[in-house]
Amino acid sequence: MKGNSVTSESHAVRFILITCTMCFLALFLFLPLAAVFAEALRKGWELFFASLHEEVALSAIKLTLITAAISVIANTIFGVSASWLITKFSFRGRSLLLTLIDLPFAVSPIIAGLVWIFLFGSKGWFGPWLTEHQIQIIFALPGIIIATLFVTFPFVARELIPLMESQSNDQEEAAITLGASGWQVFLRVTLPNIKWGLLYGILLCNARAMGEFGAVSVVSGHIRGKTNTLPLHIEVLYNEYQFSAAFACATLLALLALVTLGLKSLVEGIQKSETKDRNPLH
Amino acid sequence: MPKRRVIPGFGLTLGFTISYLSLIILIPLAALFIKAAGLSWSEWIEILGSRRVIAAAELTFGASFAAAIISTLFGLLVTWVLVRYRFPGRRLLDAMVDLPFALPTAVAGITLTTIYAPNGWIGEFLGHWGIRSSYSPLGVVIALTFIGFPFVVRTLQPVMDELGKEIEEAAATLGANRWIIFYRVILPLLLPALTTGFTLAFARAIGEYGSVIFISGNLPMKTEILPLLIVSQLEQLKYSAAAVIASSMLIISFLLLFLINLLQHQLNWQKH
Repeated sequence: MKGNSVTSESHAVRFILITCTMCFLALFLFLPLAAVFAEALRKGWELFFASLHEEVALSAIKLTLITAAISVIANTIFGVSASWLITKFSFRGRSLLLTLIDLPFAVSPIIAGLVWIFLFGSKGWFGPWLTEHQIQIIFALPGIIIATLFVTFPFVARELIPLMESQSNDQEEAAITLGASGWQVFLRVTLPNIKWGLLYGILLCNARAMGEFGAVSVVSGHIRGKTNTLPLHIEVLYNEYQFSAAFACATLLALLALVTLGLKSLVEGIQKSETKDRNPLH
Repeated sequence: MPKRRVIPGFGLTLGFTISYLSLIILIPLAALFIKAAGLSWSEWIEILGSRRVIAAAELTFGASFAAAIISTLFGLLVTWVLVRYRFPGRRLLDAMVDLPFALPTAVAGITLTTIYAPNGWIGEFLGHWGIRSSYSPLGVVIALTFIGFPFVVRTLQPVMDELGKEIEEAAATLGANRWIIFYRVILPLLLPALTTGFTLAFARAIGEYGSVIFISGNLPMKTEILPLLIVSQLEQLKYSAAAVIASSMLIISFLLLFLINLLQHQLNWQKH
């Protein structure tokens, strides 16, 4: 089949198309990536590490980690529950539920932050009650967490649903017939079959949770050292013309993106070889 | 007759899924719509008809449309090359296409601004021709293209992967040349996926915030996008205006999402 001139292009056309693609990707992917590191190191390693060791930077990193951990755990539990519901049972409103799970993808991050203001802001539904009881949600950690929950809501479910739909329920049903409990079936039968897809969903959810900017910026209030997550800290530094420090912090998030992509390729590779082992016909 | 369910957990997962969905997504969105619905028609028209909102809407939808078109064209090119050709570095490029998904938008924003600023790597180069790339509508289009093109590639890739060579061979046997085969045979087969990819890139671009606000310069009436206008209304404590603009944006996004679903239904229906 190689070099079939009828169903492929001439060498010249191939060369031009590949060159155009490389140029486009170089311009739009590799150049920005290189720029992050180049700008961060422009004033040397010393300033680079100093920017990361600053107290406000450390507290931003800590806040980002806490927010991501809570969001990932909550949305993973939801993702597993929703995909079990959608793929193991047929019920009325199933396709509506699928659409609703996708909904946050169609919502601007700014709106994902704004909606919480109308619930918990000082003029929101629960605003007066919260003030009375001295509970602060907006401009505090709980607000940052719920805004992140909204934005990262679909990631795990979106990965698991198509995966579990492609697998039949035969193994689960057999296990039930043999007397296994629901939890045993999930842990011993389902989980091993979906573990890579689940991991992949968690990776994407985590990357988005740590990097979320718009939604969090609406509810955080930008209090230095208190309610600034890492992306917000970067914005503050950038707007104060501390470019090297801003890019030094940005390298952390760029590295997170690269690690996420690397692990993703790895997981996809493992998944592919496992499906091959299981279905020798494919 | 409902089939007896063998697998347990229906009640538990249904209860948890619906409650969590309501708490995190539905009730908050309802709060926004109820706030906006509390205003009269004339207030809606006054807010949406203001010159600043119209200018922001024109920029947001115009730049998003332009970026989605560019994303679709380059997305098609990139997918074609990644699926059809084998060359060194192909797998790396394939993995890197997802970078805009994984790179936080604020990082993308400050980086693109630095590159395209008048003294930046590309901005200086473009400046020689009198093209201003940052702090201009062009900058907005650049940022939105960065955000949008992976959607086109990832929508198109599985469809192109499955495209058999048989049809092309048949067309070639009948005397069609390479260009006619692409234009008359391959492109129609890719059209549904291309349209879905375009719509996803467009929908995402309309709501995009982080990658745009640094490169756009945020001049009211000139380079201010709708999401930023919402933020500025909020900072001036104009909650009603923020709610009305946000609700209108949401309604448009939901219509787009609905359109994608319709399209995919039609596509599935054609397959069967």
